[in-house]
Amino acid sequence: MRRRPNYLAGFGSLVWLGLVGLPLYVLLSATLKSRAEYSDGGPLAFPKHITFDNYVNDLSSGFGQYFWNTLVVTVSVVVIVLLVVPPLSFAIVRSRSKLTGTAFRLFLLGLAIPAQAVIVPMFYVISKAGLYDSLIGVILPTAAFSLPVCVLVLSGVMREITSELYEAMALDGASSWRVFLNLVLPLSRSGLSTIVVFSALNAWNGFLFPLVLTQSPQVKVLTLGLYDFQTEHGVDAPAMMSAVVLSMLPILIVYLFARRALIQGLMGTGGK
Amino acid sequence: MTTVISKATTAEKRRRTGQRSGVAAARPGFVWALPAVLFFTLFAIIPLILVFVLSFTQWDGLSDPTFVGLDKWKELADDPVMLQGLWLSVLLTVLSVAVQTPTSIVLGVWAAGPQRNRAVLSAIYFVPLLLSVAAIALLWHTFLDPNFGVPAYATWLFGDGNLFGHQSTAIAVLVFVGAWQYTPFHALIYQGAARAIPRTLYEAAEIDGAGRIRTFFKITLPLLRTSMITSVIIQVVGGMTVFDSVLILTKGGPGTDTKITAYYMYEKAFKSYDYGGSAVIATLLVVMATIISLVMVKLSGYDKMRSTQEGV
Repeated sequence: MRRRPNYLAGFGSLVWLGLVGLPLYVLLSATLKSRAEYSDGGPLAFPKHITFDNYVNDLSSGFGQYFWNTLVVTVSVVVIVLLVVPPLSFAIVRSRSKLTGTAFRLFLLGLAIPAQAVIVPMFYVISKAGLYDSLIGVILPTAAFSLPVCVLVLSGVMREITSELYEAMALDGASSWRVFLNLVLPLSRSGLSTIVVFSALNAWNGFLFPLVLTQSPQVKVLTLGLYDFQTEHGVDAPAMMSAVVLSMLPILIVYLFARRALIQGLMGTGGK
Repeated sequence: MTTVISKATTAEKRRRTGQRSGVAAARPGFVWALPAVLFFTLFAIIPLILVFVLSFTQWDGLSDPTFVGLDKWKELADDPVMLQGLWLSVLLTVLSVAVQTPTSIVLGVWAAGPQRNRAVLSAIYFVPLLLSVAAIALLWHTFLDPNFGVPAYATWLFGDGNLFGHQSTAIAVLVFVGAWQYTPFHALIYQGAARAIPRTLYEAAEIDGAGRIRTFFKITLPLLRTSMITSVIIQVVGGMTVFDSVLILTKGGPGTDTKITAYYMYEKAFKSYDYGGSAVIATLLVVMATIISLVMVKLSGYDKMRSTQEGV
């Protein structure tokens, strides 16, 4: 089957390799050049005098703080998602209550809300709640906007649990709580890892909510720190690119060691 | 001992007769859904409703909003930048779909194939997915810088090198960077769908003597239809609401040449402090996105409670 090589698709994939590989080369090589070498030799030149100063300077000029803030936001978002989504999905799949059906439709509707469109009222709500310019003010909306996809994914996975297993638990006289802890959670591990990765990536790379809901350097996240390079420092390209590399480092590590889970999280799909 | 036996026999009996009896598993009530519902209502549904409410107000972001009826709506209807922005959004979306759909289908179908080097290559292909929108836009802004970027060293290709200085090239940059960023995602959708196509179909086509191109157009493409609908609709909603990459790459410039709707909405609120006017644009965006997504729900069967991406 399909023994002849597909030259057309092969050629297309090579073009794409160039389109992705070249920028990645420029990105990595620029981080190893001094600012003067970058502007003299241009972005495509191979680095002659390798230096790690760019990374060192970034870390000493506040990036450590941004890193920490981003980590706090990411972990908190994941914790919120893990606290509210599994019980909700369990209810959606198992509850006979009409209200739960309505709840599911509410989250389906949520899929349609673009975060961009609610930044003005979000600014209003967060300001009124006294949370403007705080990490909590970023965490809450970010978590809320991760919920619809997470609910959909996890409900899909929980729906696969067969009713025989529930009946077996019922014979033991298990309460909803025990069914949830001993049956549902262990059997939806793939879905849980997907929603963790999905919400973590969303929070780590989030730009919009921090942009409009914070302003001081103490609560700055990495993406805003990157944006600063454009607005404040002029064009210090090597420093900016080193910051980009630093900001993607944790994701890259996950990508190298758990690519499957990461891709599933990216796509928002259950363990298929 | 006796109880165990009796339990087993009731279960047995029920399985045989198919009737649901006293020992049905405990079912969770609505209480289990309550935390998520409350949280989502507070930070997504209420802001969504407030978009509509704020569009009838004058608000500078500091004092309290004052009700001004339809004033802001009338203002926006006569605003040439707004009308141009809508047109630009549509143009940008159409161009993006036209570039990304064929690219991601070719890439996805290729990645679904059996090539030996595929695993290594696709690991590189999907790297753009790992970067934040902010990082990607900044990188390309630096690469394409007229003075220090690639265009300055390749004038034979880029002319005067100032890609951000003309409307046509600025739009081309936005479409290109969007494609660079999102093609891998859509390729993954097609990869999953292409893998799900039964091999027997291709075997039959080969026996019938169909060439590769005919096989692609007669078998692969028609069977990717559902994924195509999903992918295109994600692109359309994304395209109509894109704003972060515009903020970093062109700032709506040169002049107002790339001031698309979503970016104009951001600027009106957070640069001109006209939050009411901004809410009008936001309302339009919400209505558009909802209509597009309702079509998606109808076409792809999300409302039948299936998983997010069928076949992935």
